[in-house]
Amino acid sequence: MAKQSNNRLSSPQELEALRASIIKSRDAQKPCITVCGGTGCHSFGSEGVTDAFKQEIKRQKLGDKIDIKVTGCHGFCEKGPVVVIKPKNIFYQQVKAEDIPEIVSETVVKGKIIDRLLYTDPATGKKITYEHEVPFYKEQKRLVFGSNGLIDPNVIEDYLAIGGYAALAKALAMKPEAVIAEVKKAGLRGRGGGGFPTATKWETCRDAEGDTRYIICNCDEGDPGAFMDRSLMEGNPHSVLEGMVIGAYAIGGHEGYIYVRNEYPLAVKNAQIAIEQAEKLGLLGKNILGSGFDFSVKISRGGGAFVCGESTALMASLEGKVGEPRAKYVHTSEKGLWEQPTNLNNVETWANVPLIIKNGADWYGKIGVQGSQGTKIFSLVGKINNTGLIEVPMGVALKDIIYGIGGGIPDGKKFKAVQTGGPSGGCIPESLLDLPVDFDELNKAGSMMGSGGMIIMDENTCMVDIAKYFVNFLEGESCGKCLPCREGLKRMSQILTDITEGKGREGDIELLERLSATLIDTSLCALGSTAPNPVLTTLRYFRDEYEAHIKDKRCPAGVCKALVTYSIDEEKCPGCGLCVKACPSEAITDMGKKKPVVLDQEKCIKCGACYDVCKLGAVVRK
Amino acid sequence: MVKLTINGQKIQAEEGTTILEAAQDNNIYIPSLCHHEEVSAYGACRLCLVEVTKNGRERLVASCLYEVTEGLKVKTDSERIAANRKMLMELLLARCPNNKAVQDLARKLGVEKTSFKLDDNDCILCALCVRVCQEVVGVSAISLVNRGVDRTLATPYFEDSNVCIGCGSCAYVCPVDAIKFEDVGDTRHIYWPNNKMEFKLKKCQKCGRYFAPQAQLDYIIKKAGLAPDAFDNCPDCRD
Repeated sequence: MAKQSNNRLSSPQELEALRASIIKSRDAQKPCITVCGGTGCHSFGSEGVTDAFKQEIKRQKLGDKIDIKVTGCHGFCEKGPVVVIKPKNIFYQQVKAEDIPEIVSETVVKGKIIDRLLYTDPATGKKITYEHEVPFYKEQKRLVFGSNGLIDPNVIEDYLAIGGYAALAKALAMKPEAVIAEVKKAGLRGRGGGGFPTATKWETCRDAEGDTRYIICNCDEGDPGAFMDRSLMEGNPHSVLEGMVIGAYAIGGHEGYIYVRNEYPLAVKNAQIAIEQAEKLGLLGKNILGSGFDFSVKISRGGGAFVCGESTALMASLEGKVGEPRAKYVHTSEKGLWEQPTNLNNVETWANVPLIIKNGADWYGKIGVQGSQGTKIFSLVGKINNTGLIEVPMGVALKDIIYGIGGGIPDGKKFKAVQTGGPSGGCIPESLLDLPVDFDELNKAGSMMGSGGMIIMDENTCMVDIAKYFVNFLEGESCGKCLPCREGLKRMSQILTDITEGKGREGDIELLERLSATLIDTSLCALGSTAPNPVLTTLRYFRDEYEAHIKDKRCPAGVCKALVTYSIDEEKCPGCGLCVKACPSEAITDMGKKKPVVLDQEKCIKCGACYDVCKLGAVVRK
Repeated sequence: MVKLTINGQKIQAEEGTTILEAAQDNNIYIPSLCHHEEVSAYGACRLCLVEVTKNGRERLVASCLYEVTEGLKVKTDSERIAANRKMLMELLLARCPNNKAVQDLARKLGVEKTSFKLDDNDCILCALCVRVCQEVVGVSAISLVNRGVDRTLATPYFEDSNVCIGCGSCAYVCPVDAIKFEDVGDTRHIYWPNNKMEFKLKKCQKCGRYFAPQAQLDYIIKKAGLAPDAFDNCPDCRD
C-alpha cells in the first residue's frame, strides 16, 4: 500500500507523474487478497475474515509478500463474504474465518484451488474458479460499479492507479460549455428517479441568475431494498467526488454538498476521508490542479426522512429547516439552496460523469439504447437466487436480469411480478418479462426506473398485500404538508387493509382509482404523485386478485390471513406428525400412528408452517 | 405588467403576482383554504388548483403558488378540476366531518358526503396559524409537529409556550375555526387542538376593564420601543 501522498498537485502533469510513480511502485504480479467489506458481506462477517487474514499473514511472516485489501461492495451479496485473490482473480465465496489459514497456505502460497470455496453454477452444476467467469458477473457491464472490487475506498492512490481524476484534468482543459456539450451528447439522464437529462439541468443552472451556484450530491437513498448509492459512496467515493468537481467546473459552482443519510455511517466516513484526501492533493479546494478553479465540498448528514430524497425537501433540510418539499414551478436549478441556483444530481449520476469525459460521448452513447444511454445499477432483491447489486446496459430485457444474472427464483417457485423503482414504482407481471429496462419503457408499463430497486416476487405473493405494504411505507414517510398525500395515503391504506382483511366492499376498486387520480394530479411533490403507482399497476395487471378478495373473500396466493383457512384432509393424512412439530401454536394434535391429525381452528394462527411441511397434500389451504 | 387570460377573460397583472391573486383582483372565484394575503404562500390544501396552458402544454398547478407569465392561459374550472376538488373535499370531510366551515365548502363544491371512514378533527393542518405566528406576530409559538398522518398543531412538546403572547392571531386567521379563545374576567384562554394556555389580561388604569394580554402589550412595547406606560389605558381611555 502506497503512503498517502501529501504534496499538492499544481498541474495535470504532476498528477500524471504521481500516477506513474504509484503504478511503478506496485507489482502487478504480487498476490493481493481482496475482501469485500460491503454491507452484505459485512453482515455475513467479513470483518472477522479480514482479521483472520491479517493474523495468518503475520503468523506465516508473509507481510511483504502478500497484500490485503478491504474493498467496497462487489455486488454478489448472496454469496458473501466474498474474497478475490489477485492477480488471477480466484473467486472464493461464503468464506469463514476458519478457512483462512488454508487459503493463505494453499491458494496464495502454493497456487492450489480450494474446491469447496468455489462457486457452483446452479445451471450447470460446474465449479467456477475465476471471478470473471461467474455467470452473475459475466452477464453484467460494470462500468461504474466494477472498480469497487479493485480499490480500497480509503486509499486515494488506489483510485489514481486505475486512472482516477484523469477525467477531471481533461475537463479542466476544456471550456465549461464544452464539458456540458459532451455530457449532453452522451445522453446522460439522472439516475436518482426522474431520469431528467443531466446536461439540460447543468445548462439551466449555469445560465441562471444568482450570486453563487451550489452543487449537491443526493445520497439520501431510502427505498426499501435499495442500496446501490450507498455501496457506490462506500466503495468508490472518489468517482463521485470527481464527477462533482467536473460538474461544478462546467456549471461554475464553487461550493458543494454531499447530503448523505446518517444511517449510512460507512458512506459518511468514506466520503469524508475522500474529501480530505482530495483536498490534500489539490484535487479539491483552491486552484484545483493549478487551473485557477476553486471548489470545496462539505458533508451534510440527513436525518432519515424518505421525503428528503426529494430535491426541495433535501435543500430545506440542508438549510436546517424541516425537510418538507415546496412547489417546483421555479426549478431548483434556478432557485434552490438558499434561493441560489443549485444543481443536484444523484450519486450514480455523478459517478457516470468521469467516464463520459474520459472516454468521450461517442463511446458512452454506444452503451445502452437510444434515449437511455449508459448502464444502470440495480439492487436485485426479494425472491431471487442471486441477491445483490448488478450493473447492466440499459435496454436489457427484464427476463435476462431475473433469469440470467439473477439466476431465477429460489425453491423452484414461479415468478409472479417484479417491482421496479422502489415504493413509488410499479409491479410488472410475467407477461412483460421481455420488456427492455430503460427509462421510457418502464414508464409505459406504469412503473419507473426510480433509483434502481428491483424486488422480485414469486407465486406466493399476494399483490393486494404488496400494494398495501408500499402504500403503508409511503403513508409513514409522507411529510404531511399537502392534503392529498397525507389524507389520501391514509385512506388508501385503510381501503387496502380492509380488502386484505375480508372487509372489502363493492366499489373499493373504483374508489382507489379515483383517489389515485387525485394524488397524481394534485400532490405537492413526487412522493404523493407517484405513490399510487403500486396500486394502479397491481390493479392493471392483477385486478382479478383484488376481485377475488372483495367478491369471493378469497386470497388466491394464500397470504391474507383473514381470508385463509387450513384444514386436514383425513383421507390423505397418515398421521406422520411432521405438521404437529412444525406448528408454533400447538394447534395440531397427534392422534397416534396411522390416524389423521386434528387441527384446532381456534388455536390456528394461519402461518402456513403445516402446509409447507406436508409433502402429501394432506394440509388443505382455502 | 403581464397579460394573461383566465377563463377566456383577458386580464393584466403585475409581474410576481400569483394566479390566485390575479383572479381575486378580478373577482374570479377560486376556492382555497390555506391562502392568506398577509403570509407566504404554502400550497397545502390544493383546492386552488387550476389548469394552465403554457407553450401548448396543459397542466394542473396550485394557483396560490404559480406566478403569472405573459400569454398564460388559465382555466379555473373543468371536469378534471372539479373531480379533483371533490375528491379533496371528500378527504377533508372525512377528516373533519363535524366542522361547519368544511361542511359548507364541501356543499359549495358539490360534495354532500364522503366515501371514507369518519374521523373527528377540526384542524385541517393548513398552517395559516403557524405562518401568522411566525411571519406576522414574529414569535413562532406554535408549529405543525410530527410527520405525515400524525401531523398535528402544537406548542413545542405540547407544553405551555414561553414565547406565546396570547394575541389570538392564530384563532383569528383559522379558516375553519379550529382554534378558539375567550376572555373570562382577568384571563384569556386560548384553545388549540391539542393544548390550551391562559394569559393574564391588563386592566385599564382609567376605566378598570381588562383589555389585552399583558404579555402581548409587553411584546409590542419592546418591539416598537414605546414608553413602559404606553398601554396603561385601554384604547377607549387613551388620549
